[in-house]
Amino acid sequence: MMVSGVTKRISAIKFAQLSPDEIRKMSATKIITADTYDDDGFPIDMGLMDPHLGVIEPGLRCKTCGKKVDECPGHFGHIDLAMPVIHVGYVKEIKKLLQSTCRSCGRLLLTGEQAAEYLRQRDRMEELGGDTLDTATVTKEAAKDAASRTTCPHCGTVQLKITLDKPTTFREEGHKLTPKEVRERLERIPEGDLISLGMDPAVSRPEWMILTSLPVPPVTVRPSITLESGDRSEDDVTHKLVDVLRINQRLRENRDAGAPQLIVEDLWELLQYHVTTYFDNQTSGIPPARHRSGRPLKTLVQRLKGKEGRFRSNLSGKRVNFSARTVISPDPMLSVNEVGVPIAAARELTVPIRVTERNLAVAKEMASRGPAPPGDVYKAGVNYVIRTDGRRIKITDKNAATVAEGVEAGYIVERHLMDGDIVLFNRQPSLHRMSIMAHEVRVMPHKTFRFNLCVCPPYNADFDGDEMNLHVLQSEEARAEAKVLMRVQEHILSPRFGGPVIGGIHDHITGAFLLTHEDSKFTKEETLRIMEKTPGLDMPKPLVKEGGVEYWGGKQLFSLILPKDLHMTFKSSICQRCDECKKEACEHDSFVVIRDGILVAGTIDEKAIGAFKGRILDKLSRDYGPDTARMFIDQSTKIAIGAIMVRGFTTGIDDEDIPDQAKREIDDAMTQARLKVEEHVGAYRRGELEQMPGRSLEETLEVEIMKVLGKARDTAGQIAGRHLGMENSAVIMARCGARGSMLNLSQMAGAIGQQAVRGERLSRGYWNRTLPHFKKGDLGSEARGFIKNSYKSGLTPTEYFFHSMGGREGLVDTAVRTSRSGYMQRRLINALEDLKVMQDGSVRNTAGTIIQLEYGEDGIDPTRSVQGEAVDVDDIILSVLGDKGELIAKVQEKGVVSYGIQDRDLLETPEEPETEEEPDFEPGGGEEG
Amino acid sequence: MGKDPAEVFLNKGVDAKTAEMLVKAGYTFTKVARAHEKTLREIEKLIGEKKLKQVIASVKAKERAPKKKKEKPLKTIKIERKEVPAKVQRSTPFEIKLKKMVDDMGRKLPWEVLHEIAARLDGAEIPDKHLKRILELTCDRHEMHRIDPSESVGILAAQSIGEPGTQMTMRTFHYAGVAEMNVTLGLPRLIEIVDARRVPSTPIMEIHLEKAAQDDLEKVRQIASNIELTKIIDIADVETDINNMEVMVRLDKRKIERKSITPEEVLRKLNKAKGLKGLAEMREGNVVIKCDEPSYKKLQRISEDTKHTPIKGIDGITRAVIRKVSGRYVVYTEGSNLEKVLEIDLVDRANTTTNSILEIFEVLGIEAARNSLIVEASKTLDEQGLTVDIRHIMLVADLMTNDGDVKAIGRHGISGRKSSVLARAAFEITSTHLLRAAITGEVDLLEGVVENIIVGQPVTVGTGAVNLVWSPAKKEGA
Repeated sequence: MMVSGVTKRISAIKFAQLSPDEIRKMSATKIITADTYDDDGFPIDMGLMDPHLGVIEPGLRCKTCGKKVDECPGHFGHIDLAMPVIHVGYVKEIKKLLQSTCRSCGRLLLTGEQAAEYLRQRDRMEELGGDTLDTATVTKEAAKDAASRTTCPHCGTVQLKITLDKPTTFREEGHKLTPKEVRERLERIPEGDLISLGMDPAVSRPEWMILTSLPVPPVTVRPSITLESGDRSEDDVTHKLVDVLRINQRLRENRDAGAPQLIVEDLWELLQYHVTTYFDNQTSGIPPARHRSGRPLKTLVQRLKGKEGRFRSNLSGKRVNFSARTVISPDPMLSVNEVGVPIAAARELTVPIRVTERNLAVAKEMASRGPAPPGDVYKAGVNYVIRTDGRRIKITDKNAATVAEGVEAGYIVERHLMDGDIVLFNRQPSLHRMSIMAHEVRVMPHKTFRFNLCVCPPYNADFDGDEMNLHVLQSEEARAEAKVLMRVQEHILSPRFGGPVIGGIHDHITGAFLLTHEDSKFTKEETLRIMEKTPGLDMPKPLVKEGGVEYWGGKQLFSLILPKDLHMTFKSSICQRCDECKKEACEHDSFVVIRDGILVAGTIDEKAIGAFKGRILDKLSRDYGPDTARMFIDQSTKIAIGAIMVRGFTTGIDDEDIPDQAKREIDDAMTQARLKVEEHVGAYRRGELEQMPGRSLEETLEVEIMKVLGKARDTAGQIAGRHLGMENSAVIMARCGARGSMLNLSQMAGAIGQQAVRGERLSRGYWNRTLPHFKKGDLGSEARGFIKNSYKSGLTPTEYFFHSMGGREGLVDTAVRTSRSGYMQRRLINALEDLKVMQDGSVRNTAGTIIQLEYGEDGIDPTRSVQGEAVDVDDIILSVLGDKGELIAKVQEKGVVSYGIQDRDLLETPEEPETEEEPDFEPGGGEEG
Repeated sequence: MGKDPAEVFLNKGVDAKTAEMLVKAGYTFTKVARAHEKTLREIEKLIGEKKLKQVIASVKAKERAPKKKKEKPLKTIKIERKEVPAKVQRSTPFEIKLKKMVDDMGRKLPWEVLHEIAARLDGAEIPDKHLKRILELTCDRHEMHRIDPSESVGILAAQSIGEPGTQMTMRTFHYAGVAEMNVTLGLPRLIEIVDARRVPSTPIMEIHLEKAAQDDLEKVRQIASNIELTKIIDIADVETDINNMEVMVRLDKRKIERKSITPEEVLRKLNKAKGLKGLAEMREGNVVIKCDEPSYKKLQRISEDTKHTPIKGIDGITRAVIRKVSGRYVVYTEGSNLEKVLEIDLVDRANTTTNSILEIFEVLGIEAARNSLIVEASKTLDEQGLTVDIRHIMLVADLMTNDGDVKAIGRHGISGRKSSVLARAAFEITSTHLLRAAITGEVDLLEGVVENIIVGQPVTVGTGAVNLVWSPAKKEGA
């Protein structure tokens, strides 16, 4: 019986050290000459590009295994070193070994009992689940203990002090130890003692840390590139190996010829340098080996290390096929879980279809269309057909018909993307799981990816030139998984706080506000316009008839898209936070009540359908399921857009117009503030300023001035705000949460206010002044960055300069923040990645350590939690007792369940007014500064 | 001096015979104590290794002696427990009734949820039929809201904490309610918490007081001034008189009064202080410290030592401010020393906190440290207006404190201790980990996430954790 689709797993990887014998044994050829190619451009035998080491040129065959490019993995060669050299990576270990073993007998400088004791400790550590670091500490201690001994307990030899001259020279009481001598000593260490020193004698011998032969990596690892000019350019590693070979050759010749000791030693050291830099070209203490151009060579360690190294950029993350990237643009007509894919991309990205008897006809038809089916309507074609024997046939317009004829069951047909295919869509930086979601494809004309605006918040996307990636899934399992776990509607609720991250933005919110605020009503034509984009809705009966014209209510229209059994109560974002809430009778129409799916009172705005805050979205996706929620998002945003288009909505600089009278008032306020600041400065100069405890005189003055200027800005904002009512578009946007804030508005219409760097008034620049326009030591408001103008009235040159100073701080802050938080997240992910919930509800890491006995102490999924709570008790009580008026009244009497549903703000008592500030008291004098 | 060199050895606990041998060979105690490798080896030849070790041990022991004095056995804080605080709220009869109903249904609900229901329904007479329906629905929802097995909660937590990091500010802010003090908040503080930094960049304590003191401003002032570290320089002018070779400490009457310090006290402290022993005396209300050697260098040193002699207060606490918070006085301090503060009378030990997590760990233990991690992290996030589910923060805190020690998130903590070589190599310091793995013969069992990504097979969390394979039965006749 054949079980298909089961792949073998690598169960473990064991690390070990290569012994010189192994190096020679696995070597395909010995490398002796430093030359690579002969004059004809053919690789020299026993040179660094020996054909035994693998093939890099297409068409040639490997001399070792006889395979072609891509089939032959490459083979190692080796260099026999004339004299042994030290492996840089192990200098510390070698030092430890030399210090803790006897110089004559090689035994560990510990008595048998001591060694046994350390071993016992180590075993105990392992038994108790200690990690590698813990066991390493024990062996380190053992080595330290042994190193402190001055005579060998076994043979009685007095030990001499071993020092390390970085990077690779060992000295014994000043006398230099050659690698050869070091190797001899390490050879003497018995296997039993190695265990106490933390080494595994089964996989590594200490003398192997001194190299006598060097493995030469296959050419496939260090391919040479042929430049346009026909010159060959070798890889950095090849260059380094050439250096090693040259010196090795000279050393051997000199040694064999009996050259003076001095010359041999110099060459030996040079060989050590080259081997050292071959491993790690950033070893401290030696100059890095450089390329002819002066660029430091990228040798072995550099290839692995860091962000661009093998581990992080090729092993932890891999390049993939079947992906596309292009600019994004919005399309409100798509559903939130769709993505518009340009035809050009859809023709390149393919989905493999396994041909069976049942889809044979379809597959043949598709294949016969070829790679570019003609016609105005997009039809999926086929780029490749894979035969049962694994051969891949490229379909062209010419051979399409014949290849299609040959398609039979068992073939795989790679067809173009079609509407409804599941793809993954992603925008970097991928900070949370909502940065990659599965969408359904809609093939569309033009060249951008398009998606619904409601999914901008999770991707954090805008359309100022952002690009996004798209990946086409290639297996049935992947598609199933993506469809169940990764579709957009499955991610409406964020695991971060259990609220919606997908929802209305900007115009959706303004639109909903215009539709539902107070008693908005629409004529039949308007109503039809609003409803036309949301199919499946029945036209309700008109709400009122005035002067023979039928009108439909905005709340009535919005109710159409609500589920019929929905009950909700909450405060909308326009809520003024009055001292006493009048509930349904709210004069701002900000108390939302939904009964049986009818919007009874209140305005729909950010708190109802907005991303992050939308209460209705929250409830729908948790209790009615993701599909209902998706439908609701689609419909509510479309209806909102319908409403905003009927009503018309614009904002411009005239929204910040305020009457001349108000402008004068603001001017007055500014003058007063300036005078008040001068007053404070005067008081300070005269020494009359009363010092605040714990502050210096200067600081007190600054605080006072900041207070005055802050107040002045607020006053200006208030004056301006008086003339900006709810008929003002900008105000509507700010209030309903679509965009902007009242602060933004007051800065545009009133005054910008104090600019700050590091939370203080601007003070630096010139000596005792910010700009040469002011007197030295001027502490007045203008001289220290207060802007009394508004964005609309325009800034004076100095004000403009100060404003840029404040602005720059913001920019610097953002730049620093992104890198810092990125690193923090990387560390967090790395530390937490292997934690998972087990079947028993406990959280463990993959090593099996229990981190939590019950996830989150209650086993509740934060995504499904109700603002962190396990269950929404109020909602359940209401739904059970809802129609038992008397009972619910009793419960409500207790003042706990006020209106039923999940509105914590309703249950909270109004915030306590700030505790009265006791006069500051400082126990110490505090007269510093 | 003029002591017999052998006597010195004897005093230090070296036996007579060895001492004699050493003295004969011309070694004095100091010579031995400061001996280098070479001299030690010479001595070894003289007296043998065993003896040498003893000698060195006794020499070293004496050297360490003063240090040991400091390491007093940890003071157990004397806390008079009047009543053990109840950890679990006592259930009301109604709650017990609810619990019984749930049990009868054969289902489970945590007390937490039952409390919630009871808080709303207790007193309102609701027929059992409806109660049962409510409980049933609650059970259903509770079950529905449970986390799925194999969910990779770690990644979820890391993303949930990391993602809002991009929205945080970097500046320091004034402490809530106490305008004079600055605290690190926002991203730097969050990084500090995950790093398990030994000392936070702005250590702050919040000292609550017991009932007897919390409304009495006088007492609170007393306590606050006892906490704040006061040095001579804070309460006096220190002048150096070169003519008379003395240092004059002119006490500021107003300041010492405010701190309730008497000149006598100052004198006593100065006389006890290091390097000034017995040199100080009172003269016309001022303290004068005479220099005992005719050396300007010494005089200079005395002057400096005097300035920094602590008179009063707790080490590390530079400032104490009193604030009224919801009707009670609370002392806020800049700098932190939990151990010493908890020893002060009238301090409410249950509510006093510090923002130094390591200090809480050392004084109160690992569970307290875990709680402190959670509290500090959520406070930081809340303050920035970012909502993050507490479960994510709890998971991070639990991981950091898992083995009874506060470990940092990062290469020196959790990540450096992973069992997988590949995972460690993929994080940081790649080459070191690989080289070490080779000589210790480490085995990577490919249990984690990165390891499996590296070798290109499904990871062990989420859907990858399931190892179920369906093998279709052979068709009849096929």
